[in-house]
Amino acid sequence: MKLPSVGDKLPELVSAEITPRQLVQYAGASGDWNEIHYDEPFARSAGFPSVIAHGMLSMAFLGRLVAGWGGPASVRRLTVRFRAVTYPGDIVTCSGQVVSVNGTKVEVQLQTKKDDGTITLDGTAVLSLLLFSEP
Amino acid sequence: MVPRFAAWIGRTGAELTWVVETGHLRRFAEAAGETDPMYFDEAAALVAGHRAIPALPTFAVALRAPDPREGLDLDWHKLLHAEQELLLDRTIYAGDRITVVGRMAEAWVKEGKSGTLDFLTIETVGTDSDGRRVFASRSTVAVRR
Repeated sequence: MKLPSVGDKLPELVSAEITPRQLVQYAGASGDWNEIHYDEPFARSAGFPSVIAHGMLSMAFLGRLVAGWGGPASVRRLTVRFRAVTYPGDIVTCSGQVVSVNGTKVEVQLQTKKDDGTITLDGTAVLSLLLFSEP
Repeated sequence: MVPRFAAWIGRTGAELTWVVETGHLRRFAEAAGETDPMYFDEAAALVAGHRAIPALPTFAVALRAPDPREGLDLDWHKLLHAEQELLLDRTIYAGDRITVVGRMAEAWVKEGKSGTLDFLTIETVGTDSDGRRVFASRSTVAVRR
């Protein structure tokens, strides 16, 4: 296995177009039944033009990005800030870059971006090299 | 300015034990758009070196603890997820028994351009049947006044 080094980029992950159906799927699977994610009148009364995607759905994409790179067992920490809202119809591109390698600890900077360039999440992941799976 | 939720800090919700089900893991992976067979099929998971179907990293948040905010006067129209931190001590697998408990950990207030925002951090800890921590989650929401 080639060891990760600072500056390495993770293979990008591009989501399918977010659909209301996926938001209901995610609500059911995650147990987050906040109406803002599937009830149009509720979302509008909260000041949004339509329902909004769970921020945690985009974080799940970032989880897939890092688990797809090092394997699910290698992921020790995932932290994000939610910066902008995602709507049905949006496509989310997830990217990551290694910012430090300390012993067996690899730190990756993460970002999700919409097609119009809006950054929706940024964050970091920490992975353990000891638990990296062979690609 | 006094943070709106300051008086609630330290309040803990009830404990809840989950048995992690294969179907739950599959549904979560499917909702997240995952396609790697090891998240759906036990044989594929074993081939990939796992002892059972593994969870995706953020599956931990689907093991919801009873909400420690129960009874709080919260207007969900005015609430947005601001930050999320997840510490994973190990991979979660199908068949795991995990006990979760949530706690109101932190409250602060911020004056912004668009008004006053109250922040509230809920900490959730998951522990397995051997008493070892499996994950800790810190979820921060912002509530408009």
